Amino acid sequence: MSIWEYANPKRFMQTSGALLPWVSIAAVILTVAGLVWGFFFTPDDYRQGSTVKIIYLHVPSAMMAINIWIMMLVTSIIWLVRRHHVSALAAKAAAPIGLTMTLIALVTGAFWGQPMWGTWWAWDPRLTAFLILFLFYLGYIALWEAIESPDGAADLTSILCIVGSVFALLSRYAVLFWNQGLHQGASLSMDKREHVADVFWLPLLVSIAGFVLGFVALMLLRTRTEIRSRRLRALEARERMS
Amino acid sequence: MIALLLRDLRLSVRSGGGFGLGLAFFLLVATLVPFGVGAEAAVLSRIASGILWVGALLACLLSLDRIFALDHEDGSLDLLATAPIPLEGVAAVKAAAHWIVTGLPLTLIAPVLGVLLSLPGAGYAPLVLSLLLGTPALSAIGTFGAALTVGVRRGGLLMSLLVLPLYVPTLIFGAEVARRGAAGLDNSTALLMLGGITAGTMALLPFASAAAIRAGLR
Repeated sequence: MSIWEYANPKRFMQTSGALLPWVSIAAVILTVAGLVWGFFFTPDDYRQGSTVKIIYLHVPSAMMAINIWIMMLVTSIIWLVRRHHVSALAAKAAAPIGLTMTLIALVTGAFWGQPMWGTWWAWDPRLTAFLILFLFYLGYIALWEAIESPDGAADLTSILCIVGSVFALLSRYAVLFWNQGLHQGASLSMDKREHVADVFWLPLLVSIAGFVLGFVALMLLRTRTEIRSRRLRALEARERMS
Repeated sequence: MIALLLRDLRLSVRSGGGFGLGLAFFLLVATLVPFGVGAEAAVLSRIASGILWVGALLACLLSLDRIFALDHEDGSLDLLATAPIPLEGVAAVKAAAHWIVTGLPLTLIAPVLGVLLSLPGAGYAPLVLSLLLGTPALSAIGTFGAALTVGVRRGGLLMSLLVLPLYVPTLIFGAEVARRGAAGLDNSTALLMLGGITAGTMALLPFASAAAIRAGLR
């Protein structure tokens, strides 16, 4: 029993089909619980007022935006090394979700920045790095759409994903060098001294868990859709042959 | 490999090769900017180095689709892929040829355009230095973008979308070198980073380009 057994599409479909409803339900429960808890049952911050509640959308989506790219990087490398189709399709399925997460992080950040910093947008390192990440997602998705042969598209997008990861990191440091900014440092870390107070922290954790499971559910769903459309195309091709 | 380099150079210099189009575009950008932001020398001299960097970058971008598109159309790319020299070498040579016809002339013409944009006197040397160091990276990254989109019909716009985010670090450090130099500040950190990016892209990206061409031709 190893993880490579799920490279078999049939095996993947069976397991993910059984898993999908549970993950979806858990994701919905956790996200709703985290957001409701955060929005209605936490006190206002003494300096930021009620705008602090944007954190329950902003932080999870920003975390997911980066983690989804890392997940795409891993699946891309798996595709290039072991040629498992499910892996390439999972990367393809994850990209639009990552794009949406980046957009959510940017938009909620703008809504948060307007009352707090007095501006919708600043050329701050973190903000700029996210804008560049957004462009990387756009390019990646556009490349998938542009190439007809599915294997060729998987190859090229995997190469782009690997090179893009290096350049995304590089941009991050370049932007840091270019401009010092308004955005605060990490709000969550393992050592207790420098993160947000417990009242805000627990609902935040719940909603992060909700976002992670939500991503897993959407990703499984979209991968299943991709596999099915592949099968459909294969069936059509067979029909035409006979 | 030298034969291939000479062939590419000859093809791009002779008629229909588009040599000089990038330069003309660069000149046009430098001409248009004063119309857009106003012709006061104080404003222009502050943004001149940045404008010249962005203009050089866009001029590079425009000429990228010629790197592989023509070879792909007439089939010589397939011959190159089966030739005894490794495809990585082909990619590196293509990037070098692109730099010689685009990056090098852009670097040489930049001081002239600096006069048009009233670049301060201290800014010329850092501008030329930063372009000389940075444009090879632009060519190497651009070759990678062109290799990714080689099989795509009408891939020009797609290639811009792929390549421009990759250009961000080079642009930041390059423009920073030129800007700090013009302002009389210390620019050695940015210069070292720019050199590092150029060396890294020139060494590593031909492998990625070759992998992309192989995937595209399969």
